[in-house]
Amino acid sequence: MDLKDKLISSFMAFENNVDVEHSVHDVRVAAMKNFEIKGFPSKKEENWKYTSLNSLQKTDFSIFPKQENTLEYKDVKKYFIHEIDSYKIVFVDGIYSSYLSETTHDGVDICLMSSALTKPMYKQVIDVYFNKIASKDESLTSLNTAFSREGAYIYIPKNKMPKKPVEILHFATGNEASLLLQPRNLIVVEENAELQVIERHQSLTSNEVLTNSVTEIFAAKSAIVDYYKIQNDNATASLIDNTYIDQKDKSLVKIHSFCFGGKLTRNNLNFYQNGEYIDSTMKGVTILGEKQHVDHHTLVHHKQPNCESHQDYKGIYGENSTGVFNGKIIVDKIAQKTDAFQQNNNILVSDKATINSKPQLEIFADDVKCSHGCTIGQLDNEALFYLQTRGIPEKEARALLMYAFANNVLASVRIPELKTRINKLIAKKLGVNLGFDL
Amino acid sequence: MAYTEEELKKELETKEYEYGFYTDIESDTFPPGLNEEVVIAISKKKEEPEWMTLWRLEAFKYWKEMKEPEWANVHYEKPDFQAISYYSAPNSKPKYDSLDDVDPELLDTFKRLGISVDEQKKLTGVAVDIVMDSVSVATSFKKTLGEKGIIFCSISEAIREHPELVKKYIGSVVPKRDNFYAALNSAVFSDGSFCYIPKGVRCPMELSTYFRINQAGTGQFERTLVIAEEGSYVSYLEGCTAPSRDENQLHAAVVELIALDDAEIKYSTVQNWFPGNKEGKGGVYNFVTKRGICEKNAKISWTQVETGSAVTWKYPSCILKGDNSIGEFYSIAVTNNFQQADTGTKMVHLGKNTRSTIISKGISAGKSQNSYRGLVQINSRADNARNFSQCDSLLMGNECGAHTFPYIEAKNPTAMIEHEATTSKIGEDQIFYCNQRGIDTEKAIALIVNGFSKEVLNKLPMEFAVEAQKLLEISLEGSVG
Repeated sequence: MDLKDKLISSFMAFENNVDVEHSVHDVRVAAMKNFEIKGFPSKKEENWKYTSLNSLQKTDFSIFPKQENTLEYKDVKKYFIHEIDSYKIVFVDGIYSSYLSETTHDGVDICLMSSALTKPMYKQVIDVYFNKIASKDESLTSLNTAFSREGAYIYIPKNKMPKKPVEILHFATGNEASLLLQPRNLIVVEENAELQVIERHQSLTSNEVLTNSVTEIFAAKSAIVDYYKIQNDNATASLIDNTYIDQKDKSLVKIHSFCFGGKLTRNNLNFYQNGEYIDSTMKGVTILGEKQHVDHHTLVHHKQPNCESHQDYKGIYGENSTGVFNGKIIVDKIAQKTDAFQQNNNILVSDKATINSKPQLEIFADDVKCSHGCTIGQLDNEALFYLQTRGIPEKEARALLMYAFANNVLASVRIPELKTRINKLIAKKLGVNLGFDL
Repeated sequence: MAYTEEELKKELETKEYEYGFYTDIESDTFPPGLNEEVVIAISKKKEEPEWMTLWRLEAFKYWKEMKEPEWANVHYEKPDFQAISYYSAPNSKPKYDSLDDVDPELLDTFKRLGISVDEQKKLTGVAVDIVMDSVSVATSFKKTLGEKGIIFCSISEAIREHPELVKKYIGSVVPKRDNFYAALNSAVFSDGSFCYIPKGVRCPMELSTYFRINQAGTGQFERTLVIAEEGSYVSYLEGCTAPSRDENQLHAAVVELIALDDAEIKYSTVQNWFPGNKEGKGGVYNFVTKRGICEKNAKISWTQVETGSAVTWKYPSCILKGDNSIGEFYSIAVTNNFQQADTGTKMVHLGKNTRSTIISKGISAGKSQNSYRGLVQINSRADNARNFSQCDSLLMGNECGAHTFPYIEAKNPTAMIEHEATTSKIGEDQIFYCNQRGIDTEKAIALIVNGFSKEVLNKLPMEFAVEAQKLLEISLEGSVG
């Protein structure tokens, strides 16, 4: 039985475990229907031209884990940004771990999707926001919607800001030979409120994991959302991340993706600017080796005048890795005075690595400033030589240069401890000890 | 240049497509429809050898299995391939020895187009092979070229007289089953140009062909084959104008360039086919496959100025097969009213130290849509490949669109690729600056557009550059609100 059929039949079993009377269930059924029609995307589709899901579809994934698993904090401590205090929403094999988590209802709601989808007190928010910005057409998003039950739920009311950042962690214990996870997150940041989120997916063994995650973010007027995605998973873990962002007037949403590992990582970031004077920022650093594959797909839809968007993606590709960048900017006819900027720089360090880049512009308004730049190249030999003449060994010199290459993106990380952590990850990934913290 | 303000003013007054007239020459036209018999009949009509007929039939077989491509960013009513007549030739045969014998009405047409054949012969040193509805009716400078061993004739003549060359190269760059329109062209091509430059010869003049679609309801299926032998050089010009017509006309040409070791081919196009009227009615469909292959140290340079056609679908490409080969693409695409253009290039780097440059300028006005679609592919064995791409779009008015779809694929760590794209409009301060100096807005726009496209215009041969500059101004006139 292939994965699609298995998912379709599992849906019936899933229905026995959820409240089918709830209005959300109609949404699930409609989404399942769409997935049944569309199935998994193939390479024939323009959006999946460079990324194949064939091998994943051949794997016999467990869709519901059979047993609850527990983890000791000391075993997974290193995956948290433990230097700082934070709210934590932790899932182990897709199931909420109250032991590892720290949620709150003190003025803001930082809790679980499962409660939000079942408890009457959240119904109003769910009715207004759930599955409103997520695509009803895209098949993998539909698949997630159909099985939406658990994930993070964050609601920040007007003029509030949580005292500390929120960490969302997903652990896979490897108790299943291969596991499919489908977390569904909803984040609502009301007017003038602010939120910082760090998200990480971590597989603890070499058993195969596929995560198909959907996050909806709603940023109301003048809201600020800072979202960091750390993707440094095992070579057997795959992640398909679908993030949909709805922005209103004067809001600012920044998403940083740090992609250092994983068998296949696909990031779909979709920004919809439904207001004026909006700023949307996407930044990413990708450093890959082995047979890893990363596909960054971004969409910024400028629907109103006077908005900005900034994209800056840096990639370093070694060994047999493959990188894809597909950035799309759409500027509607009424979205005059748009300032959209997109940049994608890549370094290939191995002759087996591949980069496919497609920075795309679709512009229907005339008074706009839209530009994109894309480069593929190598480290500057002269710069390398300069460093070597000053007594820095070649390996370190190379690492330094790559560091400098990625630094633009790191500079805008606003949590210092997180920045240090990412610096360490980069140093580790490059296999050097620079002996200092940048 | 020899183009005064007065002349421009006069041109601006005539707002409609000024080249929209129709020459009435008795035509030898096939009834509409396409089947194997028509393919055989075309082949017979051209007195082709059997291998060519079979070649066409094979292409037709592929075509029947293919579907029209849908991926381009254009929307149009699909042509009915059974409603098109696939062959039409001016009746005034046999061929002429000198221009005096040519039908005066025909000559008049060219005069109105501003292409005085005699004048060109004398003043510019351009050899003109005029294609009037598919059959060559005037060939000049053949003798001069013949002395150097250069063959410049219609493709049907080449099939008859140089079958070994045609057989070897036709379909070698654009295979019969390459795409829907290439297959169609391979099956039914009526005529076109053939050019062969022998080893080490530098073609002393710009070779030029003027294409014209003239017969109502006849699709034009041109086939061009340019072969530059080792160490040779040729500059080839292609320019097009077509009469005003209400129904859509289909043009599906195939151009193949072969640049052998150390050869250089420069291919320039000015395309100004009927773009449809202000309501978007009529106009030419232009679905063209152009591709060149570069052997060692060879160079192919495409320059094009596109101002016409209702729908354009065109990607002149270079396959950089040999080491150290160079591909260049310079393009200006102007769309106005309801025109749609989806153009760009493909640079496929296979050899070592290959280089490519892409400069694309898109100008959209009115309600038009202008897309750049390009591919830069560096294959794993193409060490030290280098590419620079620049795509700039200029938008005039808020009802048009500019789109960019660049595909960049790198499989080699020594590759250096740069891609830049910008979209902007004509700044009010720029216009104000011109107004201040007594230049009216319309003229100011023409100035700015010319500046915007200068990088490409400079690449055109002199006589073409003047014509192209004129065309740009005419096509954009009336688009400033």
